[in-house]
Formats: sequence, structure tokens, C-alpha cells
Amino acid sequence: MDWTKLFELVVSSALINNFVFTMFLGLCIFFGVSKKMETAVGMSITFTMVMVVSAALSWVVYQFIMKPLDLTFLKIIVFIGIVAAFVQSADTIMKKVSPSLYYKLGVYLALITTNCIIIAVPLKNAGEHYNFFESMAFALGSGIGFGLALIIMASIREKLEVADVPAPFRGLPISFIIAGLIALAFTGFSGLITL
Amino acid sequence: MATEAKTPELIVSVSPHVRGDETVGRIMWTVNLSLLPAFIMSVYYFGPLAAYVTGLCIVTSVLFEHFYQVSLKKKSTIGDGSAFLTGLLLGLNLPPSVPFYIPVVGSLVAIIITKLLFGGLGYNIFNPALIGRAFLLISFPKLMTIWSEPTAQFVALDAKTTATPLGILKEGGIAKLVEVFGDKTDLYMNLLMGSRAGSLGETSVIALLIGAALLMYRGYITWHIPFSFLATVGVMAWALGGDSGFFTGDPLIHLLSGGLILGAFFMATDYVTCPSIRKGQIIFGIGCGAITMMIRLKGGFPEGVMFAILLMNCFAPLIDRSVKARMFGAIKEKKEQKK
Repeated sequence: MDWTKLFELVVSSALINNFVFTMFLGLCIFFGVSKKMETAVGMSITFTMVMVVSAALSWVVYQFIMKPLDLTFLKIIVFIGIVAAFVQSADTIMKKVSPSLYYKLGVYLALITTNCIIIAVPLKNAGEHYNFFESMAFALGSGIGFGLALIIMASIREKLEVADVPAPFRGLPISFIIAGLIALAFTGFSGLITL
Repeated sequence: MATEAKTPELIVSVSPHVRGDETVGRIMWTVNLSLLPAFIMSVYYFGPLAAYVTGLCIVTSVLFEHFYQVSLKKKSTIGDGSAFLTGLLLGLNLPPSVPFYIPVVGSLVAIIITKLLFGGLGYNIFNPALIGRAFLLISFPKLMTIWSEPTAQFVALDAKTTATPLGILKEGGIAKLVEVFGDKTDLYMNLLMGSRAGSLGETSVIALLIGAALLMYRGYITWHIPFSFLATVGVMAWALGGDSGFFTGDPLIHLLSGGLILGAFFMATDYVTCPSIRKGQIIFGIGCGAITMMIRLKGGFPEGVMFAILLMNCFAPLIDRSVKARMFGAIKEKKEQKK
């Protein structure tokens, strides 16, 4: 196993090629959940866990079922199905097994199904022919990167609660501007790690 | 706790209170004044063009702020010098030979988008001048990287273009850099005085240090951010910047070149966009230094100070949240006393 490659994958997907700030994926959850720090943290944890597990499931299905059967052209539909099925079952199991955890994180689970990063990661894993560990590193990094973006955004938006933002820009519009400016700052990372 | 005598948490004496004579305006104008040496050196090295570019930035910044506030029927705050400072910093961060629309666009982005849309001075998340420059660098990459040679003649009409020291370092390594400047002592002297290609105000380290000394003497900036920033850059340049293995790098070149001094003393220390707690400020400085060196050594851009400060600006509210301030006058409780 190539540890440097794995480390680079994590860092690159979390910071340098952060999904939110360099590819503008997953924006609906990003703007929807980043209003408060508490929800942002809950979402980040849930999201990273779901990301890693669903990427692992997708990888197994892709390598051992779809590739031998020559069904790779179906990957978008199949991956969406896997994510949805996994999230739904996790939702049900969590409700039965650990209701307290369910009340904390359950609300985010349904939202995650519709996120674009969750489908982008398995697709990219398949496209780049990552092996299992590389896929896991990529999924973990993407989850951390999304969580980081959420937490930064929540801290900024909470600070702006008291700011005298012009009325038409309050709420979502100013958040889009913040996201744009953060993205501008993140361009500084470009070229840092080339995979 | 209940058994102990209740100590007052906050002591407010009866009036009259002493009224400090520090105002936002006074601080801002002092910062403007402290940048005067750097401005003079930029005019000395890059000719009247430097004064023109910087002046245009200042005028457009002040005008944008004024018209925005007048059109929204708010009180115009151009008197407090913050728009002037943004313009001045933006101008000092531009290359000498830019067409007139570059300062105008830069001021627009800096003043309107980065500052006023967030609610004006005190609420902006990012340093306005740096966002202005980053926006220009991304939008006009060619124009923003034409560096002229410092001619030290007052009338220089045909400026020769050349590369910045960090650009040379990135392309040809340290041997090439020393070769261009003669020998090592010459290199250090030129970097210190500012006789090198670069953004207008960043070149003359000595002039910037004079301004920084004034600010530190007046207590407007503290050592926490600049020194942790510079120390991190120095240590990382020494440890990782060498051609032949670890701990062979030359920290002085990295400390004296690029926009490091300007960034560390005048931009990273911006009250609004840095953490307000001392411990947080040190984390902020270390973060700035680490990102700067990462970009300089490994990244796609030759210079990373601007991006480093902007990236840490994103993290500043988070740092402030996680490093909670000790209540004023509170004594650190020992663990066993709890319950």
C-alpha cells in the first residue's frame, strides 16, 4: 500500500480540490445547513460516515458485479440506488438501535441522499480506477473537506448575524458571495498536489 | 465554589470615566502614515507610474465608498480613512505597469463587494485590499504579473520587464537568483533596500519596517501575528526550502522577498479580519506562515502571502470560537476544585 498516495488523496480532496470551493458541488446542503454551527457539525459527521460507507459499497458493487457483467454504463443509476438504499436502511436501523443518535443525526440522513458529492465520489472512484484503499481515502477526504467547508461557513455566517448587511443581500445572497470569496482564496492551493 | 466568598465578576467604577482619545479614524490615518515610507520608496524605484497607480486606487476606493453610502442614504464614512487605507494597500500590491482599469476594478471589488456588502467597516470577513488583488490576479493573470525592473531614476519612461526574486527562485533555483543579483551580500542588500522587481509597495523591506515600528510603538499592532507569521516562514524555509535535503534552506531570502513583510505587518494584522484573542492570533500567524511556505515551495503560484492571509481570514471566526477568551480578571480554576 502506498501511504504517500493515500495521504495525498486525503489532503487533496479535503483542501486542494475541495468539492464545495473548487467544483461547487453539494451547494444545496452547504447553504441549507450552514446557518448554525450545531447543525453544521452534525451534518459534517453524518456526511463523512455516509460518504465512506456508500463509497465502499459502490466500489464493491462496481468491481465485482458491474465490471464482470459489463454493466459499467449503468453506474449512475446503480450508484444512486446504492446510496439511497444504504441511507434508507441506515435511517431505519438507527431508529431502532439507537434512538438518541437518530434524533441527533437522523434529520440529516434524508438530506444526504440528494447531495451531489455523494454521487460524485463513487463516479470519480470508478473513473480514476482507484483501488479499494484509494477509494476510501478519497471518500474520507471528500467528507472531511465538505465538513470543513460547512464549519467555516457556519462560523462566518454566525458572525454575520449582527452585521448591517443591506436588506436585499441578507441571508442566502450574502452567503453566495462569501462562498465565492472563499473559493477565490482557495485558488491559492491550486497546483499544490497534482495527482 | 459556594463556600467561598463571592468575588465580583466585573468591576465598573462610578463615573467619571476617562475617555480615551483613540478613534477608528486616528488609527486608520496613522496606519496610512506608516505606509508613507514604503510609498516614497516605490516612487523612487518605479517612477511616477507608482504614484499614479496608487493614487488611482485611493481615489476610486474613496469615491466608491462615498457614492455607495450616499446612494443608500447612509452616513458617508470616508473620513475615517479606512477606504483610503484599502486603496493605498491595494495600490501598493499592484505591479507598476498596469492599465488604468485594473485599479478601478480592484477598488470596486475591494470596497463594494468585500467590505460594504458585508455591512461596512468592522464586519468584513476578508481583507478588502487582498480580495481586490486576488480577484485581479485570477481575472487578469497576464497583466498582473508584468514586473518592471527598479530603475531608481525619477523619470523612467521605458521600464524593462523582469521576474521577481521569488519567480526566479521558482524557475531556476537559488543559484540562478544569486547569479542575477551578483553575489549573496548584494542579493540581501537589494532585497532589504527594495531594489528588485515586485509589487509597488512590497519591495522595500526597510521602509516597511520603519512603518511597522511606528505602529508597534503606538500599540496599534502587537507582536503576536507578525512574529509568529515570520517565524513560521523562517523555520519552514530553513527546514524544507533547501536543495540538498532538510535544514539547508536559506530563510533570509524567503523572509525578505515577496510581500511577506507588507503582509505580515500591515495586512494580516487588520483588526477586523484576524482573531481578536491573543492565543488565536498566534495560531492565525502560524497558519499564515505555513500556507505561505507551502504555496511558495510546492504550489502553482510563486508567491503565497496573499492567499495565505485570505485563507486564514476564512478560518478567523472559527479560531475565535474555539479559543475562548478567559473572562477578564478570572483566575484559572484548578481541576480538583471543580465539584
